[in-house]
Amino acid sequence: MIQPSNSLIVAVVSRTMIPYLQVFALYVIFHGHYGPGGGFQGGAMVAASLILSRMALGGERAEVQFRSAWGSPLGAIGALLFAAVGLVAVFFGGEYLNYAYLPLPLDDPALLRSYGILFIEIGVAIALTGTLVAIFDDLVEGHEDYD
Amino acid sequence: MFIQLEVTLFILLIAASIVALQVRDLLAAVASLSVFSFVAASLVIAMGAVDVGFTEAVVGAGISAVLFMVALYHTPRRSED
Repeated sequence: MIQPSNSLIVAVVSRTMIPYLQVFALYVIFHGHYGPGGGFQGGAMVAASLILSRMALGGERAEVQFRSAWGSPLGAIGALLFAAVGLVAVFFGGEYLNYAYLPLPLDDPALLRSYGILFIEIGVAIALTGTLVAIFDDLVEGHEDYD
Repeated sequence: MFIQLEVTLFILLIAASIVALQVRDLLAAVASLSVFSFVAASLVIAMGAVDVGFTEAVVGAGISAVLFMVALYHTPRRSED
């Protein structure tokens, strides 16, 4: 378990920054299909904010927001969401990941493609967040003296 | 983009990479590598590829520096060569 930082500056700055980082990461994820950004960058930013909370505030308080046991399952869920969206399109008569065949209540194929890629971005973001936090937690596991 | 800005960024890039290779303290090398990543991201954004620069800034300067630092706890901090 990582010990919390002794420095007041590190604690205050990270506690102030983490919520804004996470809100901006959500903006990057949901803005990704018509601007710079996307699931990969947004997921990496969420993972960076969670790792920052683990390093600065200590493992005990960071576990409240994101348990280390959630890392690997979330990675698998994200990858499954990606695959499931592709297979749903196959099931409804299109090619793999052809968003125009998704069963959403929209008439316009362009709108369907625009919203279909959003599910892919969310899946990638979930997979990336879970995997990166799991890698970090596995690397620091078993060491008592991290400060 | 301005040629002066690009030349400055390239000089910073080369300086950061030389420092990362030459310094004995591995923690300083990791910090210098993070600087290298951030300057490379700025350079890519100056060329107009915002998406690539964004990825480089988040992954190179954010995640990989943290993973290197965690890996440093398993090794001696001073470089031998």
